[in-house]
Amino acid sequence: MRSFVPQFELVTPRNLADSLARMSAEPGVWRPFAGGTDLMVLLEAGKLAQQRFLNIWRLKELHGIEATREHVTLGALTTYTEVQRSETLQQEFPLLCRAAAETGSVATQNRGTLGGNIANASPAADSPPALLVYDAELQLISARGARWVPYAQFHTGYKQMDLALDELIARIRLPRRADATAHVAPGFSPASSAWRQYYRKVGTRSAQAISKVCFAGAAHRDNGRIADVRIALGSVAPTVVRCVKTEEFLRATGALTPAAVQKAQEILAGEIAPIDDFRSTAKYRRRVAQNLLAEFLQL
Amino acid sequence: MNMAEKPDKVRIAMRVNGREHVVHAWPMARLLDVLREALRLTGTKEGCGEGECGACAVLLDGALVNSCLVPAVHAEGASITTIEGVARGDELSAVQQAFLEHGGAQCGICTPGMVLAAVNLLEKCPNPTDADIRAGLAGNLCRCTGYMKIFESVLAACKTQKEL
Repeated sequence: MRSFVPQFELVTPRNLADSLARMSAEPGVWRPFAGGTDLMVLLEAGKLAQQRFLNIWRLKELHGIEATREHVTLGALTTYTEVQRSETLQQEFPLLCRAAAETGSVATQNRGTLGGNIANASPAADSPPALLVYDAELQLISARGARWVPYAQFHTGYKQMDLALDELIARIRLPRRADATAHVAPGFSPASSAWRQYYRKVGTRSAQAISKVCFAGAAHRDNGRIADVRIALGSVAPTVVRCVKTEEFLRATGALTPAAVQKAQEILAGEIAPIDDFRSTAKYRRRVAQNLLAEFLQL
Repeated sequence: MNMAEKPDKVRIAMRVNGREHVVHAWPMARLLDVLREALRLTGTKEGCGEGECGACAVLLDGALVNSCLVPAVHAEGASITTIEGVARGDELSAVQQAFLEHGGAQCGICTPGMVLAAVNLLEKCPNPTDADIRAGLAGNLCRCTGYMKIFESVLAACKTQKEL
């Protein structure tokens, strides 16, 4: 333990309104504390810059998974375990369930939350690429009111985000698709043209590993060509990225010939900005991202 | 920050291994330290202090958690099971007995966390496949056994539990 524990505060607000009032009264002074799986690691490393935390873990307004005809909406405090246990998510948003299952380990999954993961804003986070593929929107709340932000616009730079100091991430909303069916394993390819989904996290282990590259994709095929597609990656840029140029190319191109796949891989390489770091190299990340794209396109 | 403004310790009431306890702890003290130092339950170990190794695993309201990542405040009102609470008096649980019989422990430092992870796995999944066992224990690192005897112990424990 490299921090002086007595100087840290963790106060339990009476309710959500009380939390927002405190954050509004002293913006940036009180920071939310959910499951603690990121913040406690920083505390133990002596790297936790903030000292005053609001214990939002039990705020019931931020829990729960609700489904309407058009959306599935998750409270920001939904844990990875809760994600995996949801039948609706397993059926219609399987990439999110895959990401949750590959995050940390059982013990992390019981405590880590989607809202915390988003707010921690690591470019290597596992669930965000799936959220990008699913066109997620975030509801941000404060004492001033509430607003919705497309998740694709939320991260503006490395650890920078469209979240004011007095705001909390409250909900994550996913639009439902009529053609959503769960086909996530590489090689599992039904004959019908459905919304085929793919998730692959490449790391040193199958658990407790931060990814070297993480790829989430979904495509709707029509007679051998791509009618619609979503591609998102983690660990290859300062934020998680939606590869819109690659998507545009794939929508515009005709049949997926080897030449078309190769062209798509070139465009992908231009949309990402991998670096050499502690975990991997730019060259490896670029090559593997391209390989994962090819594997995804085989579905 | 002047001395008068410093945060105080907080009162935390929790149930540990079936017994009620009240401790006074710093709000961000690790549950791991509260268990070991305030309650003198030293069976729970610190391996990494960053939630990667599982040596500190306990059950918190039935969920497996890394106690090095749980702040004391989150233990308020909770029901916690540590390794000391797995046996019933002198009667070892099926998992513990299996570890003894199948060589699931060598130095023993990972063992409390492994046993809790295994107990939790079998509660949720009484007939785990090999893949289920590996996934359920993926958050627990062992430097001695090479894992095979641990997995064999868990499989043996399933069989014993089925016979009961």
